[in-house]
Order: sequence, then structure tokens, then C-alpha cells
Amino acid sequence: MRFVRKKLISLFFVLLAVTALSFFMLRLLPGDTARVVCGISCDEAGYQQTRADLGLNDPVPVQYVRWLGKTLTGDMGISARNKQPVSEAIKERLPVTLELLIYSQLIALGVAIPLGLIAAQRAGGIFDRVSTTVAFGLLSIPSFVVAILLILIFAVNLGWFPSVGYVKFSEDPLENLHDLFLPALTLAVAEMAVYMRLLRTDLISTLQEDYITMAKAKGITSRRVLLRHAFRPSTFSLVTVAGLNFGRLIGGAFIVEVIFAINGIGRYIVDGILGRDYIPVQGGVVVVAVAYVLINFAIDLLYAVIDPRIRHARAIV
Amino acid sequence: MPAPSSEFPAQNQAPGSDYFPEADLLESGSMATELVGPGGIADGQVRELEALHILDPDQVGSGAIKKRLGLGFWIASGWVAFITLLAILAPVLPLESPSKVSSCIKYPILSTCTKAGVDTFHVLGTDSLGRDTLSRIIWGARVSLSVGLIAIVFGLIVGGIIGLIAGFYKGRLEGLLMGSMDVLLAFPALLLALAIITFTNNRSILVISLAIGIVSIAPIARLVRASTLMFGEREFVLASRTLGASNSRIISREIFPNVVLPVLSFAIIGVAVAIVAEGGLAFLGLSVAPPTPTWGGMINEGRNVLETDPQIALIPSAVLFLTVLMLNFAGDRVREYFDVKEGGL
Repeated sequence: MRFVRKKLISLFFVLLAVTALSFFMLRLLPGDTARVVCGISCDEAGYQQTRADLGLNDPVPVQYVRWLGKTLTGDMGISARNKQPVSEAIKERLPVTLELLIYSQLIALGVAIPLGLIAAQRAGGIFDRVSTTVAFGLLSIPSFVVAILLILIFAVNLGWFPSVGYVKFSEDPLENLHDLFLPALTLAVAEMAVYMRLLRTDLISTLQEDYITMAKAKGITSRRVLLRHAFRPSTFSLVTVAGLNFGRLIGGAFIVEVIFAINGIGRYIVDGILGRDYIPVQGGVVVVAVAYVLINFAIDLLYAVIDPRIRHARAIV
Repeated sequence: MPAPSSEFPAQNQAPGSDYFPEADLLESGSMATELVGPGGIADGQVRELEALHILDPDQVGSGAIKKRLGLGFWIASGWVAFITLLAILAPVLPLESPSKVSSCIKYPILSTCTKAGVDTFHVLGTDSLGRDTLSRIIWGARVSLSVGLIAIVFGLIVGGIIGLIAGFYKGRLEGLLMGSMDVLLAFPALLLALAIITFTNNRSILVISLAIGIVSIAPIARLVRASTLMFGEREFVLASRTLGASNSRIISREIFPNVVLPVLSFAIIGVAVAIVAEGGLAFLGLSVAPPTPTWGGMINEGRNVLETDPQIALIPSAVLFLTVLMLNFAGDRVREYFDVKEGGL
């Protein structure tokens, strides 16, 4: 419980700092903040309106608290370009990004687990060596290069998947999964290399445990030993890293969404930046950053639940 | 020189530190996970690079085996040196201007363009505006390499000082410093870099480098702090203190030399991550403004003509990939080299 309390306190301060940073970003803009926020086609009335909305005449802490209060109640301002409320746009786009992230994690795990099992079974063998090399190479390819290659091979040359655009999941789930395969695969490529190596490393150390020798001595086939005895205890760091990667993948999603023209939150932020439309950028940043903090927090707790050593780390030290 | 431990330091919690030990257990993986790259791809590689080699069956218990950097390392370094040299020499090389537009557009590799009786030979062809690809690659290398280097040097200096202070003085100061590092880590890396560039509204090489460098501070600070905590408990520090050495002398003469090696090998990989990060920003059109060529920008421009002239995107992609791969490989070898040496002592 002490652990949870401590984590909650730190969560509170991190959230405070993250929201404060997101808030102050807007103040970093050079020039008259209201003028810049109001956009290119800003008339005097719009300018006064923006000034009033931002409350620039008040002391900064007051501005922050008011902004935080509004954001918490779902009022994140209005886009200067198309007058759409930011919260509405985010509500539309967040599920799309979320689907993309989950999809890519599933692909990555689906490829990584069998390969990791095979590699670990004969550590040092040909398959293991080849997969190590390939994994190393995959990790050095930036996501936008992966995307270009995948589009070139699967969309342009083979024509199996579309290079841009998709059908909404609610309209046709199967078609949606088909359309989003290339973007999800792009994100998954680096992940699968990481997961495969993690699983392999953990499996190899598990396979050196006494109970594995015992199981083998009893005459259980090595396949069964691997799947039934060694696999589960070896997935610990895999689960953690997969969880932590959700946050990391958000960064990758920015680029992938732009390339494949997916209306997710990453593209929303990038479009805002390119169009000098700053209120949506601020809204997007704060939502993504808070989500990231919360996901990491949840994983920390989950980790502690799975591994009692962490829960009791204080007692040991 | 005193023997450093072969363990990666983030997992070693020295007693007496007030900064949550649980957090360190939890985050032993995230140091690497979060040495970020916009682009999202390179982010986890450090963790992965660790995983590639620890517990390798033929390495377990083989600390006594003398390791070499190996041929691969020299090939990798050679490539990086070659690119660096080209980048430095770009102004004096017999190249066309990287922004010179000509009527010979989308020329393939090894083609000669004849215009008004003058033959221009394009080794790597031209892009869709007729600009010489080789020239743009070499000029683009200047951006990529400077950003990679400046970002990591900045991260090393700031992160290194924070880590040394936090790890040496411990107590409240450590809590405060590492707490603020947690806040930095709380932002997804690309988002933070993007936000800095957007809201300062400045796209010079320096600002881009600093934006990426800021993202690298927190992981470096963590690594340095963890090593400092570990070395702070060692006998040679105690001996130095007994002899009357001041804190600043202990930090600079006893701890710093021990901490610097693991951090430097980490920094080589960090340069690769920063280059990918810059590439990602350039790809989004948010790095140095055109017409300055950047690798990421070239790939992005080539994306529009992927169907007809894939080489325009593929050539810069290949150069970027090779450079990142070679840096990763070299960094990995250096790290392994020192680790093994450490293990053998």
C-alpha cells in the first residue's frame, strides 16, 4: 500500500507538471499570443474574442488553473481554421489511433512469440544467429523508411493493400483491418524485433533453471518443456515492455498516420503545427501526454502486482 | 583503474539513496525505451541492443575471454568517418549546388543530362526538380550529422551533470533532480521535440538539435546517476575521501572517469537515435526549412513519385539506414568491448 501511495503522489506531481508544460507551450510562441493563436485570417473581433478566451489579462497561475478546469470538463477551445471544438475532434480521432496501436502490437507479438521460441530452443544455432542479425537490422530502419518500403512492395508493386485511406471500423471491420494492415505493420516492424529478442533472452535464462532440467530428466519432450514449463515464466519482461511501448508507439503513430493519411490524433497535431493552428496542438499534446503518463502508471502498478519483489523493495533495502 | 561492474548500472540501487528504489527496478528497461527517437522506431533499440548480448549462452561465464572490437566495428566506423568527411568537405567537393534546379528531372542513377550542349553527369540521378541527388545527400549529411552530434553532446553535458550531482549528493536534491527527469520522460519523445520546435517557431539546426538533445537528457541523467551511485560506494572513493579530497575532486577525478566510458558507448547509439529523430522531423516537414536538403526531407519528397521513380526516395533511405545501422553497430561493439573488459577484472 505504501508503494501505491507513493506512486499516486508522484503521479499527481507528474500530471501537474505535464499539464503545466502543455499550458505554457502556448506562451512560448513569439509575438502576441492571441494574435498568433487567432490565426492568419484574424479580424479585430476574432482577436478580441481570442484574447478574452485565453484570459491573457489575468495573472499566469490564474490562467493555468482556469485552463486546467476547462480542459478537465472537456472544453479545450476551438480550432482557428475550421472552428471545430478541439475536444470533439479528439473524441473522433483517439479511437482510430488506439486501434492502430493495438493492431500493431498484436502483429508484433504474433510474429515475435513463435520466432522467439524457435530461436531460444537452439540458442546459438543458425536460426538464432540469422534472426539476431535481422532483428538488429530492423531496429536500424526508421519508421518512415519502413513505410516507404512497405508501400513500394505491397501497395505499388503487388497491389495487395491500399497505400492511403481506409474504411471505418464501424462500417466494415474486416475491410478496416485489411486497409490498416500496412500502417500497423510499419509500427510493428521494430517492435517485433525488440519482443523477439526479449523473449529469447528470458527463455534462455529460464531454460537453465533446475526445474527445466528436472522436467527434461522426467522424459518430457523438449517442445512440451518449452511451451508448458518455460514459456510463461519467461514472458515477464515481454509483457512489461509491450505495455511501456504503447507510449513509445504514440510517437511512431505521428509519422505513420501522416504517411497513410489516417485521421488519428497524431495527424491532428501535425496538421495543427503545419497550419499554425495552435489550440488543437495544445489540446492534442495534453491528451497524449496525460494518456502516456496514465498508461505508464498502470503498468508500474501491474508490474508490482505480478512481481512481489517490487512491492516489497522497500523492505528489502 | 578500479573495476566497474559488468551489470548495467540502472539495476544497481546503492543503499542510502532516497530516490525511489522501486522506480529503478521498474524502469531499468525504460531508460533505453525512452532514449527516444521521433519516428518511434529507434527508441527501444538500446534496450534491445542490451538484450541482444546479455545472457548469450556462449558468453555466460566467459568474462576471461579477450574480446576485440572486430572487423565489423572498423567497417562501421569507416562508413561513419567517410560520411563525416564528405559532409565536412561538401563546400570544396566538385558538386552541383544542392538547390540548383534543372530541366533534367527525375533522372535515374548514372545518367547524363545534356542541356544546351553541356553534359552533366548525375551519379545518383536527380530528384523531381532536377536537383542532383548525390549533392543533396552530401549536403543533407551536414544537417543529419550536426544535429546528431550537437543533440547528444548537449544531452551528455546537461544529463551528465544532473546525473553526477544527483548520484553523488543524494537526498532531497536527488529527489528533486530525478523527479524533474521523470516529468521530462512523461512526454512521448517525439511530442516533446515537436512541441519545442513548434512553439519556439524556429527551425535552425541549433534549435532542432537542442529540441532533440533535451529529449535525451533524462535517459542520460538516469544512466549517469545509477553509475555514480554505484561508484560512490566503492573503496577508492572512500580512500580518496580519507585522504582529504574535496567533493568536487572526488567527482571529477574518481567518479567521472569511471562513469564516462559506459556513457560514451551509449552516446554513439544516441547519435543514431538523434539522426533518426531529425529524419522523422524532416519527414514531417518540421526540421530545417527548405531548400536546405535533409535526408528525411528528401525521402518525403520522393514519396510523391514512389510509383514512377522509387529511386528518389530509396537512395536517401538507404544512406540513412546504413548510417544508423553502422552507428548502432559501432556503439554496440564498443559497449560490449568495455563490458567484457569490466567483467574480466
